[in-house]
Amino acid sequence: MGSALRDSKDDMAGTGVNMDRVVVAMSGGVDSSIAAALLKERGYDVIGVTMQVWPRSSPGGTTPVPERSCCSLAAVEDARRVASRLDIPYYVLNMEEDFSREVIDYFCNEYIAGRTPNPCIVCNTRIKFGLLLDKARALGASYIATGHYARICYDPSTRRHLLKKARDRHKDQTYVLYNLTQDQLASTLMPLGEFTKDETRALAAKLGLRIADKPDSQEICFIPDNDYRRFLAERVPHSVNPGPILDLRGNVLGEHKGIAFYTIGQRKGLGISAREPLYVVALDRERNAVIVGTESEVYSQGLIAGSVNWIAIEELVGAREARAKIRYYTEPAHAVISPLKPGYVEVGFAEPQRAVTPGQACVFYDGDVVLGGGIIEASLR
Amino acid sequence: MEKIYLDHAATTPMRPEVLDAMLPYLKDRFGNPSSIHSFGREARKALDEARDKIAAIIGAGPDEIIFTSGGTEADNSAIKGIALARRDKGNHIITSSIEHHAVLDSCKALEKQGFKVTYLPVDQYGLVRPEDVRSAITDETILISIMHANNEVGTIEPIAEIARVAREKGVYFHTDAVQTVGQIPVNVEDLGVDMLSLSAHKFYGPKGVGALYVRKGVRALPFMHGGGQERGRRAGTENVPGIVGMAYALELAVKEMDENIKKVSGLRDALIRGVTERIDHVRVNGHPVKRLPGNASFCFEFVEGESILLNLDMKGIAGSSGSACTSGSLEPSHVLLAMGLPHEIAHGSLRLTLGRDNTMEQVRYVLDVLPEIISKLRSMSPFGRTAQ
Repeated sequence: MGSALRDSKDDMAGTGVNMDRVVVAMSGGVDSSIAAALLKERGYDVIGVTMQVWPRSSPGGTTPVPERSCCSLAAVEDARRVASRLDIPYYVLNMEEDFSREVIDYFCNEYIAGRTPNPCIVCNTRIKFGLLLDKARALGASYIATGHYARICYDPSTRRHLLKKARDRHKDQTYVLYNLTQDQLASTLMPLGEFTKDETRALAAKLGLRIADKPDSQEICFIPDNDYRRFLAERVPHSVNPGPILDLRGNVLGEHKGIAFYTIGQRKGLGISAREPLYVVALDRERNAVIVGTESEVYSQGLIAGSVNWIAIEELVGAREARAKIRYYTEPAHAVISPLKPGYVEVGFAEPQRAVTPGQACVFYDGDVVLGGGIIEASLR
Repeated sequence: MEKIYLDHAATTPMRPEVLDAMLPYLKDRFGNPSSIHSFGREARKALDEARDKIAAIIGAGPDEIIFTSGGTEADNSAIKGIALARRDKGNHIITSSIEHHAVLDSCKALEKQGFKVTYLPVDQYGLVRPEDVRSAITDETILISIMHANNEVGTIEPIAEIARVAREKGVYFHTDAVQTVGQIPVNVEDLGVDMLSLSAHKFYGPKGVGALYVRKGVRALPFMHGGGQERGRRAGTENVPGIVGMAYALELAVKEMDENIKKVSGLRDALIRGVTERIDHVRVNGHPVKRLPGNASFCFEFVEGESILLNLDMKGIAGSSGSACTSGSLEPSHVLLAMGLPHEIAHGSLRLTLGRDNTMEQVRYVLDVLPEIISKLRSMSPFGRTAQ
């Protein structure tokens, strides 16, 4: 097994003995499995854990368990098999209550407030690099590790731990990691940062792990069918709260089902006919209104971000250039970022950006390096 | 690193003598007991002897023993079998809130089919009160199922008293005796029960085999169909090697019972005393006297049972917290919650269950290691700091 790893990644597969204990968050998927394999190979004292964050079944056993969800019994069995193949201890940790409170409630409340949340970011901050890190330390571990595609390194000149984009730009996941503190970064290993997804899969195949061909996980682990509207309507019935669809001048164009069911930039499902295509440009909680506009009205010159976390710098002291990434699947855009009151940043784009969405993260980059990021509070037209 | 096994309530290691007794039936004597030829007769003879032995030990008749795949099947057969057979008599079942999930979930499944179930509360020691059973009985009550001893906290229930109430009212009474058979004396006549479940791997026998005692005259509908085995009460070719092993394991357990109770309860008392002396803010769960010889159950305030368990595992010590489900995930214990422990304290539970192979040196090792683990975990917990 060791030789399989060494062949493909000579520079990474240190042969020295390293007795640091590391807890690897294992989902049963390819990435976290290979992360565990690599760390074991490098001589760490590896413990595998799966965070069970979603009820597997209710007593009496009638609630169907999402088969593809990362905490389904099948996923736990996959992770357990991998751990057993790697000959590492493996535990399932029950985090249902914390996850429900910290992530799912947040997720629902944001939608109800007319914002579009990113639950992965909150899960990373509170659960994975929060609660799990605490539990890992309780097990005597110095680090936790994940299968994220991102790189963490230490910059002696600034004495800060840096978060950098993954070598595989297509898989880079720094966007959902911008909120990590220096303490969390110092205690985290992300061994896949230097690998491409294809290399990871090839390694899995070499190691004979059955999961080599498993599809990538879906977007929101607790909504396996990806229908967040159905999920919201079931979990928070009062989110179904019809109101007016207005244009930017306040004319009533139709009726919506509840602002929670709409996102900025959305065109389909508005149920109104107009001469030119209309898009959601804002969600107004005060008036319980969905505001629509034309294509050009979906664009913003800038935004205000709050709850800002800095990684590469201690504080933003003056305006500076940066690249700003406003959603997971959008390339970072040229921008100038300037400090406002503590915790807030104003972002001015060089080119107007489409569908700036409150509730999503805005992450600031300097080349490969994550400067920091925050949550979009408002778009500036 | 020496490994110390303190999870005998989950399962026990099979005794080598038991394996030796089983081996012929895994090799040359492989016959099907239902066959008429010499191979079949040989297997049938072993089956009959095993049945006689087990029946005699628990005070039953041989035709009152139904072999099953284990305790869970025995519990399911008893509860569902009676419920379905007596549906025309009534639709009410009484059980306790601290039963094993094999009983609780069988009852929940029946609730979905229209049965009404009363889950009786327990006192702070985990004891069911016979008067609660009496007042829960209605004209509709067809079955009472109360466990002989609890698997988490080790409390031994007043089964004979409850059985008297049941008999007086003409209601069938089942007890899940998976934790007691082979550990303490169990006799169906003394207890006065109509049905009793037992499982071989809890008394140093093989896994995948158990039995249900059903008193003569009690009619339960079978829920396995497909052959006339076990007098039509449980279809399927009998697990002959397993049954032979179970009978022999039980025979050995009963032969050595007095000596074993003395030894194991001595270790248990040393463990409980040592833990309560060396660690503050600890509660001992269960009844001080009416408890299984091997059971030591604790709640450590300000720490999670899960973390204790994992740290013990890394020191080679195998314990348990709450009840282990199929995935190895840890839930707050329904038993401790039913006993009135607050949620956050029930989360800090640790169950150590001793067995015949444990030694005083092992107990001393645990007493060396556990206080360190608890104080380390408390120093990391926001609640723990205030406690120290």
